[in-house]
Amino acid sequence: MPPVDRFWGKLSWAAIPLDSPFPLIASAAVALILVGVLAWVVLKGHFPYLWREWITSVDHKRVGVMYVVLALVMLLRGFIDAAMMRAQQVMALNGPGYLPPQHYDQIFSSHGTIMIFFVAMPFVIGLMNFVVPLQIGARDVAFPTLNSVSFWLTATGALLVNISLFVGEFARTGWIVYPPLSELAYSPGVGVDYYLWSLQISGVGTLLTGVNFVTTILKGRAPGMDLRRMPMFCWTALASNLLIIAAFPVLTATLAMLILDRYLGFHFFTNEAGGNVMMFMNLIWAWGHPEVYILILPAFGIYSEVIATFSSRALFGYRSMVAATMGICVLAFTVWLHHFFTMGGGGNVNAVFGILSTVIAVPTGVKVFNWLFTIYGGRVRYNVPILWSIGFMVTFLIGGMTGVLLALPPVDFLVHNSLFLVAHFHNVIIGGVVFGLFAGYTYWFPKAFGFRLHEGLGKAAFWFWTLGFYLAFMPLYVLGFLGMTRRMQQYDVPAWQPWLIAAAVGAGLIAIGTGFLVAQLIYSIRHRDALRDVSGDPWDGRTLEWSTSSPPPSYNFAVLPEVSCLDAYWVEKQQSGNNSDMHPLPGYAAVVVPRSTATGIICAFFATLMGFSLIWHIWWLTGLGGVGAFATFVVFAWRDQVEDEIPAEEVGRMDGLDRVARGRASGRGRPS
Amino acid sequence: MSEFIPAHKAAEVAPGDLPAGDTESAVLGYVIGLVLAGGLTVVSFYITRGRLFWPPSIPTALIVLAVAQIGVHLVFFLHITSGPDSTNNILALAFGILIVFLIIAGSLWIMGNLNHNMLPMDQIMNMQR
Amino acid sequence: MSAAVAALRRAGETKRVAVGYGFWIFLLSDIVMFSCFFASYAVLVHATAGGQQARQLFDLDRVALETACLLVSSFTCGLASIASGRRSAVLFHVSMAATLLLGVTFLSLEVTEFMSMVARIAGPTHSAFLSALFALVGCHGVHVSIGLLWLMTMMAQVYAKGFRDDVSRRILCFTLFWHALDIVWVALFTVVYLIGVAP
Repeated sequence: MPPVDRFWGKLSWAAIPLDSPFPLIASAAVALILVGVLAWVVLKGHFPYLWREWITSVDHKRVGVMYVVLALVMLLRGFIDAAMMRAQQVMALNGPGYLPPQHYDQIFSSHGTIMIFFVAMPFVIGLMNFVVPLQIGARDVAFPTLNSVSFWLTATGALLVNISLFVGEFARTGWIVYPPLSELAYSPGVGVDYYLWSLQISGVGTLLTGVNFVTTILKGRAPGMDLRRMPMFCWTALASNLLIIAAFPVLTATLAMLILDRYLGFHFFTNEAGGNVMMFMNLIWAWGHPEVYILILPAFGIYSEVIATFSSRALFGYRSMVAATMGICVLAFTVWLHHFFTMGGGGNVNAVFGILSTVIAVPTGVKVFNWLFTIYGGRVRYNVPILWSIGFMVTFLIGGMTGVLLALPPVDFLVHNSLFLVAHFHNVIIGGVVFGLFAGYTYWFPKAFGFRLHEGLGKAAFWFWTLGFYLAFMPLYVLGFLGMTRRMQQYDVPAWQPWLIAAAVGAGLIAIGTGFLVAQLIYSIRHRDALRDVSGDPWDGRTLEWSTSSPPPSYNFAVLPEVSCLDAYWVEKQQSGNNSDMHPLPGYAAVVVPRSTATGIICAFFATLMGFSLIWHIWWLTGLGGVGAFATFVVFAWRDQVEDEIPAEEVGRMDGLDRVARGRASGRGRPS
Repeated sequence: MSEFIPAHKAAEVAPGDLPAGDTESAVLGYVIGLVLAGGLTVVSFYITRGRLFWPPSIPTALIVLAVAQIGVHLVFFLHITSGPDSTNNILALAFGILIVFLIIAGSLWIMGNLNHNMLPMDQIMNMQR
Repeated sequence: MSAAVAALRRAGETKRVAVGYGFWIFLLSDIVMFSCFFASYAVLVHATAGGQQARQLFDLDRVALETACLLVSSFTCGLASIASGRRSAVLFHVSMAATLLLGVTFLSLEVTEFMSMVARIAGPTHSAFLSALFALVGCHGVHVSIGLLWLMTMMAQVYAKGFRDDVSRRILCFTLFWHALDIVWVALFTVVYLIGVAP
């Protein structure tokens, strides 16, 4: 063990991976891109704008967009990890491949960690951030500054994981850091610590998001919008955030116990002195299973919105959808043992949790049938969002069925931790969550930015992603049955290699699909005038967000809507012909908006200092960071001016412009 | 934000907020809570020391007393009532209790089964040597 | 009063409801976190690795004193919330100071208990049972410490800004926090100490 310096802790020049080409090249590339972007921002004079309008913004729409940007950037990093793994497995038949085990292990660990915590979660939370207040007719979330803090803490977590690329190493334990491998005795380096502190910090951010959104949805709806008139996406957001509040404390507690073991020599999960390794699995999956429902429920909500809109009819079976959603919310907390059927709990626990795990598929089935009936009765417009939705229904069905198969303990005993399992969870996460996020991204992009994404490039992205997904993951089901275990750095069974080659080709197709997504974004920005939407309602939507301008003003609604039924905006449109106005002649009043503040990013700065110093045992810096964080709270609490007022004339002027634009746009006929 | 909760929802009470009324009744509420909670605490301590109870029933009795005392705290210190203006607060509390129950009962049941079926870790380690 | 003032007053009330509710939910999530430590304790309570057990380690007199401190501090905290509602700075500062004193007494009793256990070779690094004990009780103690820091900050805020709406909301959140800590302590002393030494 290297000596611990009193000032620098465990940190030394040896932490920089000068002898390992891959992390070195990767770090150099990341550093170059980062410096390049920063230089462009500063030299072009964009920094004041960014600071004022985005970094210190507490507007839920801005925070939501930043979350999605973070997710998309981290998607590229997570995808590169995946591509490296696929390439390694193609090459590593009877040979070492090109990635030594200590690197391969870090790559599959960071792939999972990044994809779940820094791609899927931020993307879902970002979309909920942008859409929920608009859909419930509110001006913002309940706690706007807390919202900003949540985002910046998540960004801190992502930053720490990426720092591990060039200072130190990442965990080699897999994305769920099972002890005893993750204990100090078997992982003496800093890798597991990077994981632990990164997730503890971003976990706080996520928990605060949960508190924020449950309060917003339960307390902040527009007049007249009781729960039975709330859009389906908001119901799923409510369920998801209730799960966040229920589950994330479990993650915090369990990681804290592992931290106590590693830092203070406690014996929660050690091999000696009575530690119980199995308890880690129990607790971490009590978080881990609700986590996947936290991800999928908002995606289900997106599908409900998209399918109803593009089928030009109301969602079929609203009440059963709500019941199914809340049923899934509760059941999500009763199935976690199915992640460790093989750990030896015995027949009784396995049977009960196995049955519950099959039962949880039932409400999802209800949802799928409702979507199918919605499409069946409607006039479908085949835009990109509904393509993702139809792709989801086929793909998720397969993934769900393999899930029900895995829910049976005897089956699970054969395929647990094989590639069958890997195929299953990628099937449901990609087919369920990612497809939904891409649908939502395309669907709400015009609302956020005032112009649509290019349709053709979006369709190309969809087809390459879908075909690529099937080619990449269906072979993994076969490989699971052929006996291949997950996370293999090399193998000696020739029969496996053809399937792995097919999987690698599939990954290549996904890469092309991702390329199309990037191209779509760049092209759409370049040609935004041609793709402009001034009506605020490019898809002929049903819910309240489409009654605002695109992008909406900071205060969302000039006058808060009065809601009298479900899909109130759609009903209003039908009643007033093509003139989509909610209020003929409103009396405008001054609007109060919360003031921007740097609290979020400053908190994140101190959190980064604390995280980094805890990882490297630089205790004095931890203390400093803690003092700084506390000082930030106090300074924030001492503010006298917390709100800005937008005068009634300004509100009226902005609304007038929107009405004129809408009138002109609706005169052009039905949107495409 | 000023308009965050629209007027029609204003008839809700924040959890922990004092009910409307004069200072004397408010103080009295806290005094009653203190006395009741203190009494339940004394009884709990006494049970463990004295020979009054059949020993195997003591843990159950202690838990019942603890639940009662938590109830006293909720009612007298946190002013959680069952009125219609407090429904959201009660629902949240019920949700929290459900989750706590699932975690504790679930973990105890699962770990009990696991510990019964699996060797303790130090014995497994010794097998490897 | 004028319509504008009435509207502001109504807005303040509704914001208080939102803040109180949000903090209430946060507290429930904190209780869920505590329940994980409780579950671990319950699972590991017999994993003493041949070392000392609960019965040999706990001093019920000290626990009784700690309980009394915390319970009375909950009462004084209640007086502080009455003071906040009546906007009486004197009563507020006196009752908060009493709460602070009782809280500090509680913490020092707990710290000396930990130190004496470490001196008896019963620190958290000796067995899983001791790890779980120190973590659970320690987690509560850390929450109390943060609460005391918050308490002092609130006293400073009332001194500097009076009972402004936002200060009053934070006092509401603080009292919720402090009462919740006492609730957790009830569960803690029952499950850990009393059941631990019960025959």
